Amino acid sequence: MADIEVKALHKRYPDGTVAVDHVDLSIGDGELFVMLGPSGCGKTTTLRAIAGLERQTTGDIRIGDTLVNDLPPAERDIAMVFQFYALYPHLKTRDNLAFPLRAEGLPKAEVRERVAEAARLMRLGPLLDRRPRQLSGGEQQRVALARALVRRPRAFLMDEPLTNLDAELRADMRTEIKHLQGELGATMVYVTHDQVEAMSLGHRIAILNKGRVEQIGTPLEVYDRPASLFCAAFIGSPPMNLIEVEVADGKLRGQGGLVLTPPPGLPRDRHLVAGVRPEALEVTEPGAEDSVPARVVSVEWLGDEIIYVVDHGGQRDVRVRMPPTVRFAADARVGLRHTGGTPVVYDVSTEELVA
Amino acid sequence: MAVSVDEAVSTGPARDRTPPARRFGGRGRSVLEVALLTALAVVMLFPVLWMIETSIKENRDVYAVPAEFFGFTVTMDHFKDVFVAPDGGRSDLSVAFLNSAVVAGVSTLLATVLGVPAAWAYSRFAVRAKKDQLFFILSTRFMPPVVVVIPIFLMYRQLGLIDSKLGLILIYTAFNVPFTIWMMKGFVDEVPAEYEDAAMLDGYTRLQAFWRYTLPLLVPGIAATAVFALIFSWNEFVFAIFLTSSDDVRTAPPAIAGLIGGTTTDWGLVAAASVVFALPVLVFAYLVRKHLIAGVTLGAVRR
Ligand SMILES: Nc1ncnc2c1ncn2[C@@H]1O[C@H](COP(=O)(O)OP(=O)(O)OP(=O)(O)O)[C@@H](O)[C@H]1O
Ligand SMILES: [Mg+2]
Repeated sequence: MADIEVKALHKRYPDGTVAVDHVDLSIGDGELFVMLGPSGCGKTTTLRAIAGLERQTTGDIRIGDTLVNDLPPAERDIAMVFQFYALYPHLKTRDNLAFPLRAEGLPKAEVRERVAEAARLMRLGPLLDRRPRQLSGGEQQRVALARALVRRPRAFLMDEPLTNLDAELRADMRTEIKHLQGELGATMVYVTHDQVEAMSLGHRIAILNKGRVEQIGTPLEVYDRPASLFCAAFIGSPPMNLIEVEVADGKLRGQGGLVLTPPPGLPRDRHLVAGVRPEALEVTEPGAEDSVPARVVSVEWLGDEIIYVVDHGGQRDVRVRMPPTVRFAADARVGLRHTGGTPVVYDVSTEELVA
Repeated sequence: MAVSVDEAVSTGPARDRTPPARRFGGRGRSVLEVALLTALAVVMLFPVLWMIETSIKENRDVYAVPAEFFGFTVTMDHFKDVFVAPDGGRSDLSVAFLNSAVVAGVSTLLATVLGVPAAWAYSRFAVRAKKDQLFFILSTRFMPPVVVVIPIFLMYRQLGLIDSKLGLILIYTAFNVPFTIWMMKGFVDEVPAEYEDAAMLDGYTRLQAFWRYTLPLLVPGIAATAVFALIFSWNEFVFAIFLTSSDDVRTAPPAIAGLIGGTTTDWGLVAAASVVFALPVLVFAYLVRKHLIAGVTLGAVRR
């Protein structure tokens, strides 16, 4: 296994599209690194550049101690799992697994042994003599993973490997991939646009937007302190409430009377927005202590929780996450109270975190 | 009372739900259909039937007035004449058929060998002005061959390619390559590029990846394309008649045409030669049908 270093990556396609503007990544040995971002932000392009399937316009890529800029994919010794599994349709599972090993020219006995090992890891025993079309989507994906494993590459690249699976299977495979990665101590770069997947899998997450890195951090950091307004609006479901605030009397005051504790070190004279997670707010009986008067606009029942959309006289309605035991009807007069700690604060003009 | 547009429209189909074809009533329609189809079939098939009949009639029955549909003496002499010369050696026609086979076969092979990799490249790589190039390639098929036959004749005379099989092979290849590129590009587009990506990551070069992964998946498409190219070369008449003259180079279409004219025309021989000439095309057409189905199901690769 090896670490991966991407420096000032820039990729412009021949048609002029700048898919990756400027990306710096430094992925540790044995790390499960997730790249997360909306469609078209350049995740796949970055991954393909690391794999060598796409030549970057400028920038450096290092795998282990080797600068791989000019190496063809075959010499980079990494494996990739695609969203479309790319299993060879007229080969049986067994031969699909053996294919990369035969390419290396390994002796027959070793090929058999390694195929057996990968099959055991991914529990493919009964599927070894079937062809891809005789496998379900989940099984095909397990075979694709096993195929990546057999070669014992220096790193794994995964491009939305679970998107084609249904929700339940996706959750299972997620657990499986995480477990496998830990067991093998594999360096893994995992691309997804599903934030739940990113949060549950990643040791660290890079959030990409328009070919640039917006933030790199652990899932907790990314959730607690989104580095920019983009990240704040992207992470979380529902995402953070962004409330325009003014600093007055040592407090952050939003329209509608909501008062928040300011974080230390706030710059003066700037147009600020506070980010407040839906779980840092509370819907109360009207007139409860510290609450501002508000009205329930709509109610989303999610079973294990309720999302209230509340109008408290601010510029935008806010979303509040409440346990299912607290029930208000739509249109009810209620109170809105901030219960979390100090919020994160952004500068409207730079769109970046200021405190 | 005002009727809204929606109502006015929606009552239309509701009043008359029967599909148009059914309105005449099942029986009347089927009689009409059968009559029309029969007439059409007779018109289309009569020349073919007449050709087959003529090929097995004796010459005096061919000229019989009124023409005999049944009850003539069946003979295979004409078919024998197609292949065997009067002196017992090989007939000119049999040489022409052999020439046709060689010219059509080799030109198809060349077009495939050149066209398939080109189609792959156009499908997979970012080629400068790709659309313009592809349009230019296609445009060479727009004009009828007659338009270019004179310049090509002159060029061939300079190059010493007149009246040679090589000359025909080259011109047929030139006509089949664009067709092959266009048809094969469609098939290559259908094969996900990820197969090659995966193969390259597994340690193969790009060409090896194409050769070992993509090419086997293209076989049905190649077969269908090749059969079309083969039929084109086999049937081609204009270039063949302009660019060749001697009996040992001529292909079958001009050779058969050459039987007509002169003082007497041996219609039995013409018909027999035509039957022999048509047979391979029928067989190929049958193959196209089979492979086209295979080609279509190629698109069913799960994405
Ligand atoms: N071969 C190409 N030629 C030109 N532009 C391309 C090419 N491949 C991708 N792009 C463009 O580059 C941008 C980034 O594409 P990329 O595939 O990296 O996005 P992504 O983050 O993987 O998106 P998704 O989540 O939809 O897979 C997009 O605007 C896309 O249209
Ligand atoms: Mg992508």
